[in-house]
Amino acid sequence: MTVKEVAEKLGLTVLTGEGEKEITGFYSCDLLSWVISHAKAGDMWVTVMNNINILAVASLVDVACIVIPEGVEIYDNLAERANEKGITILATELSAADVIIRSSDAVRGIDA
Amino acid sequence: MSEAIVKLHYDIDAEDFTTAGEASSGVKKTLTRLGVNHEVIKRVAIAMYEAEINAVIHANGGTADVEITPERVTVIIADNGPGIPDLDQAMTPGWSTATNLVREMGFGAGMGLPNMKRYTDEMYVDSKVGVGTKVTLIVNMNRQGA
Ligand SMILES: Nc1ncnc2c1ncn2[C@@H]1O[C@H](COP(=O)(O)OP(=O)(O)O)[C@@H](O)[C@H]1O
Ligand SMILES: [Mg+2]
Repeated sequence: MTVKEVAEKLGLTVLTGEGEKEITGFYSCDLLSWVISHAKAGDMWVTVMNNINILAVASLVDVACIVIPEGVEIYDNLAERANEKGITILATELSAADVIIRSSDAVRGIDA
Repeated sequence: MSEAIVKLHYDIDAEDFTTAGEASSGVKKTLTRLGVNHEVIKRVAIAMYEAEINAVIHANGGTADVEITPERVTVIIADNGPGIPDLDQAMTPGWSTATNLVREMGFGAGMGLPNMKRYTDEMYVDSKVGVGTKVTLIVNMNRQGA
């Protein structure tokens, strides 16, 4: 399932990018050293970090998208740079755990 | 990939942290274009990102020089920062002198040097207090052993 399809199904806001990548896994952590070494290409990466440095990590790992949960504020400069780099950021009021549980259900075709 | 040797140079700017990771991203793009094995690209990207971030957060920026040959990728990150007084301590997973501001940005987990060691075939740290630090990272195209 693509990022866009999951976002539609769960009502997540697509803030930047096209969301065309396939989601093939899930990862959540805010420590960038852990993310760069443990997240996998194709992961949906959930983080409350909202500074520009998450974009370099996202593109180096080649995650499917970034999800910023819990209604954490997203500033214009982050959104602008993400659009430039073609990185999809989703925003939601859900917690990290809820986003991952529900997205995983959606990807596996389990109806909530 | 072609037999030619590719050399790349980047200035690592520490101005406002916002360009941190650009040198690593550039190298990843080049390696991808050259058709280098995915696992090699991943290992170079992780190790180089950590060294680049260290130059930004601990040393006010520096330079990156990369050489890609058919045998290996060599990355040298050099800075004129404060240097590392106790390298054994610095290599300990979790050890970090990062400031709170830097930690709030998601850095400072103390995993940078351990990650560089883990994801490279060879790693050399040449550091002198008050002079600077030079980190050399080597990833072989064909990994020997495991
Ligand atoms: N280029 C550098 N210049 C000065 N000190 C450094 C440099 N790189 C690493 N260090 C020191 O080594 C420590 C450990 O580095 P690292 O493992 O990357 O963890 P972190 O960057 O998260 O603190 C740093 O906190 C810092 O004290
Ligand atoms: Mg570090």
